Amino acid sequence: MALRKPPLYDLHADRATFTDFGGWEMPVEFDSIRTEHEAVRESAGIFDVSHMGEVVVSGPDATELMQRLVTADIAALDPGDAQYAAITDEAGIVLDDTIVYRLPALEAPRYLFVPNAGHDEATFDRWVDHRDEWGLDAEVENETDLWAMVAVQGPDALAAVDNATTVDTAAPARNEIVASEVDGVESWVARTGYTGEDGVEILCATDDAETVWTAFEGCDPCGLGSRDTLRTEMGFLLSGQDFDPDEEPRTPYEAGIGWAVDLDTEFVGRGALAEAAETGPEDAFVGIELRERGIARHGHDITVDGDVVGHVTSGTMSPTLGEPIALGYVPVSLSEPGTDIEVVVRGTGKRAEVVSTPFIRHK
Amino acid sequence: MFETPDDRKYQESHEYATTDGEPVTVGISDFAQDELGDIVFVELPEAGDEMSQGEEFGVIESIKAVSDLYVPVSGVVSAVNDALFDQPELVNESPYDEGWMLKLEDVDDAELAELLTADEYSEQTE
Repeated sequence: MALRKPPLYDLHADRATFTDFGGWEMPVEFDSIRTEHEAVRESAGIFDVSHMGEVVVSGPDATELMQRLVTADIAALDPGDAQYAAITDEAGIVLDDTIVYRLPALEAPRYLFVPNAGHDEATFDRWVDHRDEWGLDAEVENETDLWAMVAVQGPDALAAVDNATTVDTAAPARNEIVASEVDGVESWVARTGYTGEDGVEILCATDDAETVWTAFEGCDPCGLGSRDTLRTEMGFLLSGQDFDPDEEPRTPYEAGIGWAVDLDTEFVGRGALAEAAETGPEDAFVGIELRERGIARHGHDITVDGDVVGHVTSGTMSPTLGEPIALGYVPVSLSEPGTDIEVVVRGTGKRAEVVSTPFIRHK
Repeated sequence: MFETPDDRKYQESHEYATTDGEPVTVGISDFAQDELGDIVFVELPEAGDEMSQGEEFGVIESIKAVSDLYVPVSGVVSAVNDALFDQPELVNESPYDEGWMLKLEDVDDAELAELLTADEYSEQTE
């Protein structure tokens, strides 16, 4: 299968290295992961995240369809609100996580939500199948190939956005989205992100991607490598790695996103999750710091007294801390920060400790 | 372009071995350090270990990848570069000098002679 290319591929081609991510050929590194990471923590970086999906839902029953397929309370959203949510199956297992935007300034509710890379087609099918099954009057469009998405993140990001926008709109408040113009290009600008820093994610038509990207010349171009170290330092989940319906089936409670579940709403998986909430999860998603030299990586076992009690789902060297950090699942009884554990790195147990996330203290 | 000095020989898996007598210094090429990106961890054997050509002698990790290191020529480890434990970035900054990894003695000269020359190795990485 040929890899999908983001609209900015040719622009990146001579200055980035690329990787296959979710079926897309995406820039993984421009300068170096370390310098890109630092730029986002200290000034501002810009990411091409056009591999993220865009599915648009409209029509009289749009709200009901959205409500019944994600865990958060969609009916409570005002125009211009953004909401993080999980998409779960009947058993309450997380299929994907997503941001749902209720697009602003429209009388009839219209939602654009963002499934993870490579999940757009399956998600679109899921929406259409359930719409038909439930006889709802809603239009569902997979617009992934129509939209480019760039993220501008870092303490200086909002100033950069202010500089690049050519209409006099106020920046969106946190977790809100506004219609704006970036260097003359009509765009949706959302105050959301995946780095732990302030900043925005911008959606524009694929043909306008280059105009939007080059409007942020002062921001360091960043690849998926630093996007991963930045999100890991925050303890944010990576779909398909920290949870995955096949390889790592987890409920939102196990994955630490129970706050995005509203059991007072009706959605696929609600019954199972109501029970799970009652009994409490067996495992918890925790932060881990190694106390010995070594780096914990995806798939490494976590042991206590030689018994395997869990495993690492993400791990790297934290560029901010200069220390190895990891995320993974352990039994709830071992999830208290300060609990001593070991991570088995290439056959050798390394002393480690459960810590709270985010790993970095934030302003 | 990458530096590939001709005072040493190379193997396809990107380790070099110096050719100016014993001890033979072993490390990874400029091309390899660039491919790996920010190096954050190096695991090395202990002095006194006997190693055979092609054997795994350690592990090098960048932020994004984990790679095995292979001995380019058989010999006995006479020293390892302890500085890399605290400053693994020396491999990025100075792969042929401060970023060295092993010193080998009792080296098999025939094996050393058969490794790739700088020119042959450069062709491989073009």
